[in-house]
Amino acid sequence: MTTHYLVLSALLFAIGGIGVLVRRNAIVVFMCVELMLNACNLAFVTFARQHGNIEGQVIAFFVMIVAAAEVVVGLAIIVTIFRTRRSASVDDASLLKY
Amino acid sequence: MEPAEIISHTGGVIGAGWLLIALPLLGAAVLLLGGRRTDKWGHFLGVALAVASFVVAVLAFVQLLGFAPGERRRGVALYEFIPGVANMGLLIDPLSISFALLITGVGSLIHIYSIGYMSHDTDRRRFFGYLNLFVAAMLLLVLADNYVALFIGWEGVGLASYLLIGFWQYKPSAATAAKKAFVVNRVGDFGLLIAIFIMFSTFGSVAFADVFPKAGGASAGTLTAIGLLLLLGACGKSAQLPLQSWLLDAMEGPTPVSALIHAATMVTAGVYLVVRSGAAFFPADSTASLVVTIVGVATLLAGAIIGTAKDDIKKALAGSTMSQIGYMMLAAGLGVAGYAFAIAHLITHGFFKANLFLGAGSVMHGMNDEVDMRKYGGLRSLMPITFVTFLIGYLAIIGFPLLSGYFTKDGIIETAMEHSAILGWLAVIGAGITGFYMSRLVFMTFFGERRWAADAHPHESPSVMTWPLIVLSIGSIGLGGYLILSNRLMVFLGPAVGQPEELPAFHFFSPVGLATLALVALGAAYAWLKYGRAEVPAVAPRGSFLTTFARRDLYGDALNEALFMRPGQWLTRLAVFFDNRGIDGVVNGLAAGIGGTSGRLRRIQTGYVRSYALSIFIGAAVLAGAWFVVGTL
Repeated sequence: MTTHYLVLSALLFAIGGIGVLVRRNAIVVFMCVELMLNACNLAFVTFARQHGNIEGQVIAFFVMIVAAAEVVVGLAIIVTIFRTRRSASVDDASLLKY
Repeated sequence: MEPAEIISHTGGVIGAGWLLIALPLLGAAVLLLGGRRTDKWGHFLGVALAVASFVVAVLAFVQLLGFAPGERRRGVALYEFIPGVANMGLLIDPLSISFALLITGVGSLIHIYSIGYMSHDTDRRRFFGYLNLFVAAMLLLVLADNYVALFIGWEGVGLASYLLIGFWQYKPSAATAAKKAFVVNRVGDFGLLIAIFIMFSTFGSVAFADVFPKAGGASAGTLTAIGLLLLLGACGKSAQLPLQSWLLDAMEGPTPVSALIHAATMVTAGVYLVVRSGAAFFPADSTASLVVTIVGVATLLAGAIIGTAKDDIKKALAGSTMSQIGYMMLAAGLGVAGYAFAIAHLITHGFFKANLFLGAGSVMHGMNDEVDMRKYGGLRSLMPITFVTFLIGYLAIIGFPLLSGYFTKDGIIETAMEHSAILGWLAVIGAGITGFYMSRLVFMTFFGERRWAADAHPHESPSVMTWPLIVLSIGSIGLGGYLILSNRLMVFLGPAVGQPEELPAFHFFSPVGLATLALVALGAAYAWLKYGRAEVPAVAPRGSFLTTFARRDLYGDALNEALFMRPGQWLTRLAVFFDNRGIDGVVNGLAAGIGGTSGRLRRIQTGYVRSYALSIFIGAAVLAGAWFVVGTL
């Protein structure tokens, strides 16, 4: 039973990872990150359910809180960049380099 | 007779013997630290303190005479210098008081003379400060009761000599000469230092009172090593072969300096060292004393030969100084029979050589500081006092009968002859050459045609300069006979350096003495033919290769350059090459390697978020894979 949930979690994580690597739009990249986080949450909850303890669920809540905070900061950055550069592409913001 | 025991002494003038050193040192401190404020009266202070030191020396001498001969070695403790190693103290005995009298006596006369000689120099105060410093250091050298304090004085006179040779330091030749003297002296100092180290490790002390009695117990090899190293030190300070090259260049200093330091006193420090250490480290017929005699004879001939070819009056006298110190070294190497003659010749030489140098200075003073004797000539009528005193010094140095040099040099030659005929005859030949070059000097300067430069107005020097000459020439006349006849000096020095069981009797006109006189007369006659009667060319003729040989200081400088300077330069070049290519190569290569690598590595920082994300993924995958592999093992 748990295997299905774990496979789903892995699939979601892979989709999120590939999205982060290949997409250029910052909003999409951001959503893919969220996807990966939630894939993790799913795995945590699954294992919590399987082992019959509460820790996994607690950690899932923590992840959600952190994700919420991250969204606030991350979106603010993306919006600021968009305002100055009229672009939400992550490749455009590449000034900080060698 | 062996040297007497050292008796510890307090009180009286001898107990206050430190004043001898402290007075001139005070003068040096006031004059050198006081700056321009002391310009007006500085030279008088310098003279006064030198004379005061002389008075103390005379009083100490008188007190010393009050003791029985066997009790005349007085050790005065001053303070613990290095606790348990060296206690600072003075040894006032016949030997050191003889030196103290010579140094302060001749030193005072030269101080007085310098008032006149340096009157036109704006730096006269500094000059007197250095002279006082020299007198203090030299007195420390001869009065110290241990080798460490002696070494401090030894270095002090080296410093004063350096400062005074380079007194006119704006002249490149003077600055170079000062540096040369300093460097060559370092070689000798190295020998003296090692000798002191060996003494300390062998005997556990550096005090004369501890070292000399224990010397008999050390192995022959150790004693020879100490003796030869002490001799190396003596060679450096006394300009003996092979460390002679600095003395001729040292004539760049003012003439009173040449008289005091580079003729009368400092350069005799080597003789003092050998005589002082003689009973312990240079016993008769030892290897060390044999080497001392060889060095002495070689130098007395080399100095005399150099003296024959020099046209610079001071350099001719410097060659003569080397030669005369060679005689002293020869005598000092002959063991207990020779010490008294070495010291007697040292004292009389101090007088007549100071006399000659100051006379030369007086001539230069009247001739616009010209030193080339080819531009002198016929000066005897214009400088009567200088001429007469110079003539007395000249007769004394060539050993004219009944003058000082006759007694002391003859004593050395006779003693050497008893020791070994070869040494004796070589010393006789040296005396003959002395007769030639000193006569040449006198004829070229005071006789013959006037070959002066157009602007020269020779005149007699002021009385402040001629009076010291007169006093010194009196010493040049009578002192030798007084010291040698009835063996006065030998008996006086006996408690300090030992004396032979049988005192030698002085024979007037012995066969050897007559042979010496004949050779001297021959030399003088030849000089008369060449330089008195014949015209002296204004430019030195090329001469044979022998003349060039003598003119170039027997190629001493060339030898030093070939043996030490060139290999030294190669070595430094090799070291520089190794430093640049080897050490710097490793360091710079390492830095360049790290720089290049980091330059390439920073290309990874592309600024693209996705490439960072990729590297994070790859890293995570690698870690997970590794964990997986480790987990299954």
